[in-house]
Amino acid sequence: MIAYHRPTTLADALTIRAAFEVAVLAGGTDVFPARTARAAWGDPTHKDVLDLSAIPDLRDIEETAEGWRIGCLVTWSALIAARLPPIFEGLKAAAREVGGRQVQNRATLVGNLVTASPAGDGIPNLLALDASVEIAGPRGTRRLPAAAFLTGYRATALAADELVLALHVPRLEGAQGGFRKLGARHYLVISIAMAAGVIATDGAGRITTARIALGACSAVAQRLPGLEAALLSAPRAEAARLVRKQHLESLSPIDDIRASAAYRRDAALVLLQDLLEARA
Amino acid sequence: MIEIAFTLNDSPCTVSAPPFAPLSDTLRERLGLTGTKEGCNAGDCGACTVLVDGAQACACLIPSAQAEGARVETVEAVHGELGAVLARLRAAFLAHGAAQCGICSPGMLMAAADLLLRDAAPDRAAVRDALGGVLCRCTGYAKILDAVLDAAPRAVASPPAGEAVGAGIARLDGVAKLDGTDRFGADEAPADALWLRVVRSPHASARFSLGDLEAARRELGLEAILTAADVPGVNGFGIMPNLKDQPVLADGLVRFRGEAVLGLVGSREAVMAVRDAALPLTWHPLPALHGAAAASAVDAPQLHAHAPGNLLIEGKLNRGTPLRDVAYSEGRFTTGFVEHAYIEPEAGYAQPAPDGIGMEVFACTQAPYMDREETARVLGVAEEAVRIRPSACGGGFGGKLDVSVQPLLAVAARKLGRPVRIVYSRAESMASTTKRHPASITARMSADAEGRFTSYEFDADFNTGAYASWGATVANRVPVHAGGPYRIPNLRNRARAIYTNDTPAGAFRGFGVPQAAIATESLVDDLAEQLGLDRWEIRRRNAIGRGDTTHSGQVLHASAGLPECLDALKPEWDAMLAQVAAHNATAPRVKLGAGIACMWYGCGNTSMSNPSRMKLTLARDGTLTLFNGAVDIGQGSTTVMAQICADALGLPLENFRFVLGDTARTYDAGKTSASRQTFVSGRAAMETGLALRRRILALANAGEDAALALEGTQLRVGSARVIDLATLDADLEAEGRYDPPTTALDENGQGTPYATYGFAAQIALVAVDTALGTVKVRRIVAAQDVGRAVNPTLVLGQIHGGIAQGLGLALMEEFLPGRTENLHDYLIPTVGDVPEIEVHLIEDPEPEGPYGAKGVGEPALVPTAPAILSAIRHATGITMRQVPVLPHRLWEQMR
Repeated sequence: MIAYHRPTTLADALTIRAAFEVAVLAGGTDVFPARTARAAWGDPTHKDVLDLSAIPDLRDIEETAEGWRIGCLVTWSALIAARLPPIFEGLKAAAREVGGRQVQNRATLVGNLVTASPAGDGIPNLLALDASVEIAGPRGTRRLPAAAFLTGYRATALAADELVLALHVPRLEGAQGGFRKLGARHYLVISIAMAAGVIATDGAGRITTARIALGACSAVAQRLPGLEAALLSAPRAEAARLVRKQHLESLSPIDDIRASAAYRRDAALVLLQDLLEARA
Repeated sequence: MIEIAFTLNDSPCTVSAPPFAPLSDTLRERLGLTGTKEGCNAGDCGACTVLVDGAQACACLIPSAQAEGARVETVEAVHGELGAVLARLRAAFLAHGAAQCGICSPGMLMAAADLLLRDAAPDRAAVRDALGGVLCRCTGYAKILDAVLDAAPRAVASPPAGEAVGAGIARLDGVAKLDGTDRFGADEAPADALWLRVVRSPHASARFSLGDLEAARRELGLEAILTAADVPGVNGFGIMPNLKDQPVLADGLVRFRGEAVLGLVGSREAVMAVRDAALPLTWHPLPALHGAAAASAVDAPQLHAHAPGNLLIEGKLNRGTPLRDVAYSEGRFTTGFVEHAYIEPEAGYAQPAPDGIGMEVFACTQAPYMDREETARVLGVAEEAVRIRPSACGGGFGGKLDVSVQPLLAVAARKLGRPVRIVYSRAESMASTTKRHPASITARMSADAEGRFTSYEFDADFNTGAYASWGATVANRVPVHAGGPYRIPNLRNRARAIYTNDTPAGAFRGFGVPQAAIATESLVDDLAEQLGLDRWEIRRRNAIGRGDTTHSGQVLHASAGLPECLDALKPEWDAMLAQVAAHNATAPRVKLGAGIACMWYGCGNTSMSNPSRMKLTLARDGTLTLFNGAVDIGQGSTTVMAQICADALGLPLENFRFVLGDTARTYDAGKTSASRQTFVSGRAAMETGLALRRRILALANAGEDAALALEGTQLRVGSARVIDLATLDADLEAEGRYDPPTTALDENGQGTPYATYGFAAQIALVAVDTALGTVKVRRIVAAQDVGRAVNPTLVLGQIHGGIAQGLGLALMEEFLPGRTENLHDYLIPTVGDVPEIEVHLIEDPEPEGPYGAKGVGEPALVPTAPAILSAIRHATGITMRQVPVLPHRLWEQMR
């Protein structure tokens, strides 16, 4: 029998998390498909479940001294509906392209991060937003940058007795976020590649901060420091022209059913140019 | 189990359910609300869409525990604002023909309601976004969008007597599809039914040995573990009369990944809890032959004793002597496996008769009489002992022509002496049932200096997978059609079906003709280019028409409307070319392209008898009943048969009642395949109506044109006579039968394989992002000769749906065994992928057909993919000879 825990306090949740080997469930939109895929080929077993959805106060997007705090039960739909500044436009664009409305209404941003799929649409955005991850566990609360949180293909720095409580996005004056997703159909599509960026400019239209990330082109989505350096101090209007092949050297795209590695590498360049071309 | 309290459709509800069970399962199996459908259990199809706290969600992704305290609303909701919105949507879906098979309809309605409750007057883009998470495989989405946008739907008036044919009435079986009460394969089973779960091979080729199954059965708490030894009759099934090469349960050897090995029977909890690894089943994997090339190699192991060289069959056609002419082109083309992706996975139950002989099977199917024959053979009983009761069929497209669950259920029910049910998982459905044949084609085509086609040669290997299924049909049909609907005097066509260790390939809308059309239409474009001719022009010059002779030597005496189809498209073709030229002159990156393709398609079986028979009774109590054995899989045959029969008889539709597709109550109306139901069964329905009319007129001694009217038991005949049916000695009964006239093909493929052909042409406008290799189809204009549109709304639905499937074939669909066994890795078009579609119906009446009608279903799909490829070429200069044209494939060719 699969034990199903649905605590109503965070303290209880952490106790259960520490005491048992559990699968953590929020929106369920990753847990159920994985369960279905295993069961289809004769493995109906499943870890016990820790369902976080009955714990209060985890569904809020709050403005803080440093920026914003996004609770771990905040769904894509909640994010789309929230009044947020332009720095979030990329993340919101991703939210609109995750699955269909059904999934957007249930799936959480934090779940997308913790699943740590190379094709997670939220992840390059969180890297570009310079987000950090608030983690609770028996040793107290800690914060990790999103880049450090993601340790590999579907792997994170989250310990077996810890839970992600929230994401923190720092404020950046005058910053604009953007996102470009490439898939083989319009809705309900897993990304072939995607690019996310946050760019801040000064009064003269020069780039003061550039944070650019690519997804589905390596085991873990990556920031592109070379490109970011090239963009710094450049006129915003010229940004798209500064993208170079060598900016993608750290990538390791793969051949899979969705696309070839060579195509991904080339398409990533185009997505970056498109991302940087866009002004809004 | 926990107690879960929530609000369900405005009423308080408490249910005891496992907390981790999907809410869809709890709604269906514990609360009996089977209006919520399960198509994938992975959030990929949206069929289970419900509202949770007013927001659409996939019930298959929600743990039942999360329903606690929530407000859950389903398609069964009738009250309040939601009830009103659903009522309006239902009326609109009926009026627009937005529901075909109906399996996605509840999900579509709930997704649409979610939007309309927030925004009463949305635009088309907003509706698309709201419906983006629900897949439909039948409609092509256009009519669904129209219906959701129709704020004040008007019911279609019922036509008066004699005017049903030609009326775009709402489908007669539509209401149940829209209120959630239609019974699909998984929606009904006896309360005491045991469950069957099939253990399937994870290997494409392997031997296996079994250990102590009885010990395992006891330990796992099962009622039975079925093996090949439990099959009481012949452990084999298959379409070909003399080749039942696929075992119900494999006997020590499997030939494809997904082949059935064991049947676990017991309580649902028990069978679902079994780990395959816990069974005493030892695998000895063998090398596997993937693809026709590997299986055709000289040293390839032979997969079946009856098939040296792994060749199942070769079909051929020879006419004249093909020669290279002024213009000449040759190409190699490849297509992959295509999955039917009906949203309803196979499901049903079997109920054994107490006599130990009889068996009733309730399941989704396209061919109840064939299911009966197959099931009887497997049971070792007479065909009459088996009754097939088709459930509502949630999409078929050829994939439900073969048996799937039927023999397995029957074997289990016989062994246990109890009813047994099964519901395939999506992965099981995809891994174990048939696909479209992958084709590897080499074709050559020539034309003279005036652009007249002179020669055509076609040589193709079709990968029929591990078992024959419809491989022979594909090999026979393709040579007849491969050259395309053009006058060509010299042809040499070969189509082979090759056994491999891949998933069995069977029937899929077009039986190999769509694959052949991809090759041929590409060569036609080559010839046009060489000769400097417009692509429309070269097709028009060669279009086969009335009085012409087909490649099999058949003279088309009537109903050959391809020239008219092309003429109907000409103004739009010219406009499309102008639009492309204007756009491309100034757009460096996103290039437009226009493409064109034609097709023909023989209706009915190839050179084989395929009769349909119907019965109509007018009882002494005044009830008029059509006994119609044609299975409506969403295409609308139930409605079309009624319209035809009503006009033949001369009474209005509302007088009719129907008994549908039940082998115990209806005659054999053949398979729902080969675009034959409207043509063949429709003619039988007409003959049936006419026969009853003749009896009535004779009884009343009335003239041929006497009008009929039925009120209660009073049947008015003409203006003067009234028959009181209650006073008759017996009910009035009439039958009609039709078998289309065909002849056998000789050794050169010459003869009359079909009584009539459908014809169509389509033009496509695409936009290609030349930087990313992505293709967006903007517009398709179709012209199709349907003989007579018995129900124009349903005909449009078939054409829209065919176009959507053709688009999928062209751009995104590729089944890879073991890799795309779900609906997020196997992509079918969503509402955002289907273009604007315009249709010209050409009605060149077929004298053999009922009121001039002929088949519609398959023709619509055939020209779409080649038209899209033609458009991609126009946009980019690249000729794609492999489908699907995934972005990276086009990008590679553009480099």
